[in-house]
Amino acid sequence: MQKIDEIQKRLFEEVADLHELPVGAYNLRANGELAGRKTTANIDIKTKTDKSGIDITIKPGTKKESLHIPVVLSESGITETVYNDFYIGDDCDVLIVAGCGIDNCGNQNSEHDGVHCFYIGKNSKIRYVEKHYGSGNGEGKRILNPVTEVYMEEGSSMEMEMVQIKGVDSTERKTIAKLDKNAKLIVRERLMTHGSQQALSIYKIELDGEGSSADVVSRSIARDNSYQKLDACIVGNAACSGHTECDSIIMDNGKILAVPSLQANNTDAMLVHEAAIGKIAGDQLTKLMTLGLSEQEAEEHIINGFLK
Amino acid sequence: MLELKNISFNAGDKADIIKNVSLNIDENKFTVITGPNGGGKSTLARIIAGIIKPTDGKIYFCGNDITDMAITERARLGIGFAFQQPVRFKGLSVMDLLKIAAGKELNMDEACKYLSEVGLCAKDYINREINASLSGGELKRIEIATVIARDVKLAIFDEPEAGIDIWSFKNLINIFEKMRRERSDRTIIVISHQERILNIADDIIVIADGQVKKKGIRETIMPDIIGTPSAVGPCHKMV
Repeated sequence: MQKIDEIQKRLFEEVADLHELPVGAYNLRANGELAGRKTTANIDIKTKTDKSGIDITIKPGTKKESLHIPVVLSESGITETVYNDFYIGDDCDVLIVAGCGIDNCGNQNSEHDGVHCFYIGKNSKIRYVEKHYGSGNGEGKRILNPVTEVYMEEGSSMEMEMVQIKGVDSTERKTIAKLDKNAKLIVRERLMTHGSQQALSIYKIELDGEGSSADVVSRSIARDNSYQKLDACIVGNAACSGHTECDSIIMDNGKILAVPSLQANNTDAMLVHEAAIGKIAGDQLTKLMTLGLSEQEAEEHIINGFLK
Repeated sequence: MLELKNISFNAGDKADIIKNVSLNIDENKFTVITGPNGGGKSTLARIIAGIIKPTDGKIYFCGNDITDMAITERARLGIGFAFQQPVRFKGLSVMDLLKIAAGKELNMDEACKYLSEVGLCAKDYINREINASLSGGELKRIEIATVIARDVKLAIFDEPEAGIDIWSFKNLINIFEKMRRERSDRTIIVISHQERILNIADDIIVIADGQVKKKGIRETIMPDIIGTPSAVGPCHKMV
């Protein structure tokens, strides 16, 4: 098993708020190798035999437990695709913290593509937090292309928090969800791009069951010469309700393309989308400056609040 | 404490909105600037706060020439400004804004004090985002609370009573009186043509057509303006 060094420790802190080994189940991955694992009576983790990745099985009725599965890359030139499957039994209530941190000081690209598949049992409640972070001043790019697939059984709910604020050069995120009767999905995405970074975020959420609902809210900021594309599609196949909101601030020469879309295949599907892109309003800056902040401080407060 | 010397302002090629205005506002005075709509009252208030740069003239605050100072510098010298139409912020909470205004961390009790002064219950509002979910009246009260939290030497309120829904004038007047009691060197300027606010003024300035038409103590000016657009009675809902 790999030993965790200082850079990796810092990356673990950034992506999973880990200052020490977490309580509960965990699987730590560093530079493509296992760096720590703990299972509990209710949460089992097994290494896949056919490809890279892990199978996580959470027993029915598991409540108030947590699972941390962060990944860090601190060597330049690593490219990996990892498949993690989550089999969550009925009536669970579990927090899952994932996330990936890349520190690339070298000249070769570092890339982690995490493919996460969630099978959520009846009436289970999952909170999923995924943070992405990049650092290092090498010319090699830091690339993250996560795929998240969620299959939700009757009455289950999932709250996803996706955060990518700093240092990732290129990202293409795909989130696919299928919801059964009365299942509920909440997504909160926060994204900030700098320099010449590119970020694509694509959602396809299918509301198949009666009473299912999805609420996808993305707040993003594109600075410098960065580019973002936000493509959120909700498909209503039953009497369901869906809402997407893409709210963005552009600064400098940033560019954002927001493509919210709705497809209703049932007359009782209630679907709404909202999208707004604009710069920081001048009167917001003025107000904070009348409270004694400099223009730059005012901008920071507005950005931090927006991405909170 | 505040002196405007030959202040003029025009927006581009149009006629002057403020025409060669000279004014002295004394320390520890409650001054109400009134006058008909479009006469230049709000523009003048914005010039004092530094939001608008005058095209001509000088501004002195406590003896310092602040004409070329930016909004931030003036704020740090102790000038506070409550907007006529408060700004909304997605993501910033009422607590965030009060902390920025106070310039320090605030505990629940301190934040509660500021909000209760403007008739809001801190428990209901402190974590609310300053977004479209707040009504115009709620926003306006929060705006006033931010000026209270700043503990300024000169507080400027641009039509503070506009949009204050069911909340009464009496509370607003209590706020002004309390602000004066708290600091003996504090000066308050209110832009308003509401008779009930004019009634508590020490001095009244009437601005129309970009010029000072009248200036003096309340007792002298009030009889001249009562019943005109410069001194409007309260709406029956506000009584």
